[in-house]
Amino acid sequence: MIARAVTDRLRRDRGALVGLAIIAVYAAVALLVTSGLVATDVDARVGEGFLEPGPGHWLGTDRQGRDILGRVLYATKIAFSVGLVTATFSVTLGTALGAIAGYFGGKVDAAIVWLYSTVQSIPSILLLIAIAYIAGRGLFGVYLAFSATFWVAPCRVVRGEAVKVREAQYVEAARALGYGPFRILLWHVVPNTLHLSLVSFALAFVGAIKSEVILSYLGLGVQGEPSWGTMINQSRGELINGFFWQIGAASVAMFVLVLAFNVFADALQDALDPRAT
Amino acid sequence: MTRYVLRRLLHGVPIVLGVSVITFLLFYVFGGDPVLQFLGRHATPDQIAALEREYGLDAPLYIQYLAYLKEIATLDFGLSFVTREPVADVLWRGVGPSLSLTVPALFATTILSVSVALIAAHFRGRPLDRSLMVLAVAGMSVSFLVYIVVGQYLLAFEWPLFHIHGYRPGLVERWPYLSLPILILIVVGMGYDTRFYRSAIAEEVDKDYVTTAYAKGLGTPRVLFVHVLKNAMVPIVTRVMISVPFLVTGSLLLESFFGIPGLGGTLLDALDTADFPVIKAYTILVSVLFVVTNVLTDVFYAWVDPRIRLS
Repeated sequence: MIARAVTDRLRRDRGALVGLAIIAVYAAVALLVTSGLVATDVDARVGEGFLEPGPGHWLGTDRQGRDILGRVLYATKIAFSVGLVTATFSVTLGTALGAIAGYFGGKVDAAIVWLYSTVQSIPSILLLIAIAYIAGRGLFGVYLAFSATFWVAPCRVVRGEAVKVREAQYVEAARALGYGPFRILLWHVVPNTLHLSLVSFALAFVGAIKSEVILSYLGLGVQGEPSWGTMINQSRGELINGFFWQIGAASVAMFVLVLAFNVFADALQDALDPRAT
Repeated sequence: MTRYVLRRLLHGVPIVLGVSVITFLLFYVFGGDPVLQFLGRHATPDQIAALEREYGLDAPLYIQYLAYLKEIATLDFGLSFVTREPVADVLWRGVGPSLSLTVPALFATTILSVSVALIAAHFRGRPLDRSLMVLAVAGMSVSFLVYIVVGQYLLAFEWPLFHIHGYRPGLVERWPYLSLPILILIVVGMGYDTRFYRSAIAEEVDKDYVTTAYAKGLGTPRVLFVHVLKNAMVPIVTRVMISVPFLVTGSLLLESFFGIPGLGGTLLDALDTADFPVIKAYTILVSVLFVVTNVLTDVFYAWVDPRIRLS
């Protein structure tokens, strides 16, 4: 079994395990926040503004006297929803289009290649701003803007693999058995490009979390709720006053999750690499 | 070869057309009336009508799109809504500062990361390689904005080594202002580039010619920086060429943070003020650059490997 070999190889990779454990901890925090058990009232004043860490506000308070720890934890939920929604939509769309393009070839392929080359030739920041602007500020705009731009990368890699898979004997066998093209796509082509989709998923997740900071900087990010991006952005001027708890907390929280995802994606890539077998 | 280049350039035409359709739809149809956005809610009907007539916005959509195509074909995008200057002048002003920021950064990043990658690939699997790669991944995991904010705070405020903000247009006077943004750009790029080059170079270091070179008695530096480097040139040149369009677009974040009047800032201003002629021209400029660099990359491949030309 391939799946078995992959999990075995991942289990032997200490970096992958640590990465996965860190992601699990963050996911647990996101779930706790979603279920209302942690960081319930992130807008409450818990003391003066710009307090150093102390009881009741273990990472200090921001300008409005709100608990930074609570806001960093709450932002974990935002990061996960942005990451999951974006990665799910963009990778599903990219995989579907890439598999169709690679498998069918010809005019269909040319059309899909044209589409992603076109999207790729538009400066991504312009596309992000335009879509976020049209969809309205806030989470929905962020989802839409990222999904509309991030599908290109998985589409390209899946297409490349599907071109090879098309010629494989098992696909030929499926065709000889009289299976229709959609059955072959769904049961033979897509499963055999799934390793690329998985790695793309992790990369899209990371890309979404990192790009959210940029959108926040431009005022098009998450509104009304704390996200790491809005927190980093709010604390731009605070360093000069010698207050670095907010930017420190948000940056470190984000750094550790992104690092864990990067390490995990690397390990996944190595474990799934057929050349290594 | 000329036929090959022409054929590849022709393939770029539908892409530029696609870009023009998407920008047109995004900003004209979905983005609301550009004139209202520019004049604001308190515009009088006369003002609106005057501006619409001046820019041909009272015509049906397909006529407007055709006019846009004509602008693309003639590369004449008319006047900016805001400054009333020719769009070409507005964009041209931003190109110099953007290139002064990005070109030195690209050169330094490439030289540094290729060197580090050669060393890492030489010691592949050993502690030095592993530490370098951990460092690269860690560097990739820090937000761009954090690099900028912390870099500016530490290197221009806490230890005032660099100018904190601003720009001077003189050919010599600009560098003190640009050095910190360039440094940040190098640090941000190093992680990605070093990893990429290391994996490209790692495929070379096991090959027979490397063994031969060592067997001839050549020293490690000579083998790495002459023999291996030469054979790894294809991925290196490709990656550098792919970044060419981004040289011209500059860095929106760095430019707005450090007050550098480059193209990134021009785009941001144009978006803020709904200056559609500038946005249209900018988008087309970038997409044409993308197409041309893609063609150049393919031509480079074909030049390196003549087998490609025939297919």
